[in-house]
Amino acid sequence: MTESTLSLHEKDRSKMPLEYTTEEGDLRIVGFWIFLAAELVLFGTLFGTYLVLQSHTAGGPTAKDLFEIGPVMAETIVLLVSSFTCGLSTIELRRHNKKGLIGWLIVTILLGLVFVGLEVNEFYTYAVHEGAPISRSAFLSGFFVLLGTHGCHVSLGIIWIIGILLQLGKRGITPVTARKAFMAGLYWHFLDVVWIFIFTAVYLTGLVI
Amino acid sequence: MTTMIDSIKSFMGWFFVTGDPMIYGADASIALASIGIVAVLTYFKKWKWLWQEWLTSVDHKKIGIMYIIAALLMLFRGGVDALMMRTQLTLPNLHFLDAEHYNQVFTTHGTIMIIFVAMPFIFGLMNIAVPLQIGARDVAFPFLNALSFWLFFVGAMLFNLSFVIGGSPDAGWSSYAPYADVEMNPGVGQNYYLLGVQISGIGSLATGINFLVTILKMRAPGMTLFKMPMFTWSILITSVIVVFAFPAFTVALALMTIDRLFGAHFFTIAAGGSPMLWANLFWFWGHPEVYIVLLPVFGIFSEVIATFAHKTLFGYAVMVWSMVAISLLSFITWLHHFFTMGNTAPVNAFFSISTMLIAIPTGVKIFNWLFTLNKGRIQFTTPMLWALAFIPNFTIGGVTGVMLAMAPADYQYHNSYFLVAHFHSTLIAGTVFGIFCGLHYWWPKMFGYMLDETKGKWSFWIFMISFNVCFMPMYFLGLMGMTRRMYTYPAGLGWTPINVVMTIGAFGMGVGFVLMAYNIIWSAMHGKKDATGDPWNGRTLEWSTASPAAEYNFAHIPEVSERDAFAVTKEKRKSGNTKPVKPYAPIHMPNNTGIPVIMASFMFVAGFGCVFEWYWMAIPGAIGVIACMIARSFVYNDHHYISVEEIKRTEAATGRLS
Repeated sequence: MTESTLSLHEKDRSKMPLEYTTEEGDLRIVGFWIFLAAELVLFGTLFGTYLVLQSHTAGGPTAKDLFEIGPVMAETIVLLVSSFTCGLSTIELRRHNKKGLIGWLIVTILLGLVFVGLEVNEFYTYAVHEGAPISRSAFLSGFFVLLGTHGCHVSLGIIWIIGILLQLGKRGITPVTARKAFMAGLYWHFLDVVWIFIFTAVYLTGLVI
Repeated sequence: MTTMIDSIKSFMGWFFVTGDPMIYGADASIALASIGIVAVLTYFKKWKWLWQEWLTSVDHKKIGIMYIIAALLMLFRGGVDALMMRTQLTLPNLHFLDAEHYNQVFTTHGTIMIIFVAMPFIFGLMNIAVPLQIGARDVAFPFLNALSFWLFFVGAMLFNLSFVIGGSPDAGWSSYAPYADVEMNPGVGQNYYLLGVQISGIGSLATGINFLVTILKMRAPGMTLFKMPMFTWSILITSVIVVFAFPAFTVALALMTIDRLFGAHFFTIAAGGSPMLWANLFWFWGHPEVYIVLLPVFGIFSEVIATFAHKTLFGYAVMVWSMVAISLLSFITWLHHFFTMGNTAPVNAFFSISTMLIAIPTGVKIFNWLFTLNKGRIQFTTPMLWALAFIPNFTIGGVTGVMLAMAPADYQYHNSYFLVAHFHSTLIAGTVFGIFCGLHYWWPKMFGYMLDETKGKWSFWIFMISFNVCFMPMYFLGLMGMTRRMYTYPAGLGWTPINVVMTIGAFGMGVGFVLMAYNIIWSAMHGKKDATGDPWNGRTLEWSTASPAAEYNFAHIPEVSERDAFAVTKEKRKSGNTKPVKPYAPIHMPNNTGIPVIMASFMFVAGFGCVFEWYWMAIPGAIGVIACMIARSFVYNDHHYISVEEIKRTEAATGRLS
């Protein structure tokens, strides 16, 4: 028999980034990728639902009536910049620079908070001032649930990253904390990708068509 | 004061289901059973044992056993539902159940059998067998595994609570809109369905991810994908289906919950909602779900048939590729559940053809099992009997499925008892025969003793013959025009004799199940011990370790060079070719933890709060769930090492010290 696969794994691991250096870290990162695949189906289903119901406005406000490009652009820019700073945090992680990692993660969640604030404000404006709450029409049900699910994901991500920051502060960069910071980064970028689809399928399509 | 008492009275009358003697009987038996369990645990001072050995366990073997116990209890309840329906339908114009009660019973029967019996039973068997088959010491994420189990368990409890508190759902297991929406179906019953199934569904998704990673990353050295046992292959493919089908169901359930609780309009008729969207979303999960509960039993039958024909499985690679083909096709057939909803002809034609295509890989598998039997030394054990009975009985279900797949003909069969007979032929002769087969096959591995063969064979014959007595005539009843979900029927349609025969068959299946339960209790006291760990002369690695396996499964991780790894090792041992003995090394194992069961309990509180729209209860429950997640994130000391001395002691106790 040739060399066992297990020892091959072990040999490769020492050369890998810190988060992959333990078998446990490796397993969890693979598991997280698969979780993101499941999330993709979840958001895919919500997009499908929204697109089916988009024209079902039942005499209520339409996408064109509601959406304004200003706040939407602000949300988009804030979230995209947060994805960039999140990427910078991963670079600092690879450099084993604890201060840089923590700093960029804090910037990331602050931008995340601004995004959530803008989104809550947008929801509040529609629901209260424009007479377009979730119960007004199927279109609005689809809109609020698709964006709300994304917003909840961002909010949970913020809580998660705060927890990781506390652990980084206490324990420094270890294989375990490195894995957690890396996975939170994957999650954050994933939410950014979802937002790009929301921007296109919901806002651009809604404003133009 | 009196007004307060009155308001309490009226609340209790609304909160508890009242007015039906059968429900009062159920209340009493639930109360008595609970008091009995508490009394026995207290009397024998077993609370600590229960908490330390079971509730906080992250051991895949114990989690598997808990899944199976829960699934057997749910099977009992789902079976009682079935017998109630059959009693009601035995003769025309009976009033054993009224229409509303009948609707609730068929809804809970279907939901329980699929979500709370078939899936957890399969999850239980895969928990027990897969890590052992691939030579691993646990699953990839033991904590998540425990959490999956507890989410399933509280989901099942929440769903079953509807029976005595608030009222059961009554919109069918497929819960079609608009009937299931709040306008047509006020009250809490449907909320129970949505929340109970949702909570256990999150657990199922986590199990899918867990086993996918376990099988992909944790196989013993040398076990390439195409050297894996067939059951492990079936679980790998099933896990992929779970990961890609379940999120759609999560969304569908959430959308209907939002419709009902927050007045949204996804599936309503008013304000632009689309009831057909529900049918699409539900079956986009629902059809793959059929294969989630079928592919694993295909794996079980492959193992059992190869073991008891004493031959390697015929056409291994074809078996794998046919399962892959089935898994892909399972995602493009969902519309055949509603051919009659008025799709255009090309749409129906597409789904008609894709459905018929599934018969090809399935047929290939049937022939592979037959060729495995060909020229084998067949040993008729209880698990083998279940496997052999599966082949013809399931094929009948499959062939009638192809008949239903023809869209124009389906206009005739749709929602008739022909359809009911078809899916019971596949789900009973496939899934139920399969889980019983796996239960008998892996029982010695789970508990270290055998189930009695004579009693096992009796229960098999009674159950299998009764199954045919119940469901063969049902096809003809369907062709005679009786439709599903009717709670009674007039005399003079010629349906009565067939209904009488079917009821006799249904009770016969009940007798078979009770005999199996008796066999379990009898064998627990008198069953033959399995001292070798290999009672069946097995071919795969789970039989190479002790029965029951030690906490760490394998003192040495096995090395694999061929398919049927253990059979090959046994051949080598016979020819005197043994491996040199290696020294033991300390083994790294995860710690037990109470967080999964506590977190699932908070989920129950949150779910129950949502059912009654009591947000003062739901919000703290949800906060509790998040608090548990945070607490878990801060636990760093989550594993321990088993010392060499302890390994030696354990191995010596089973006569395996090398």
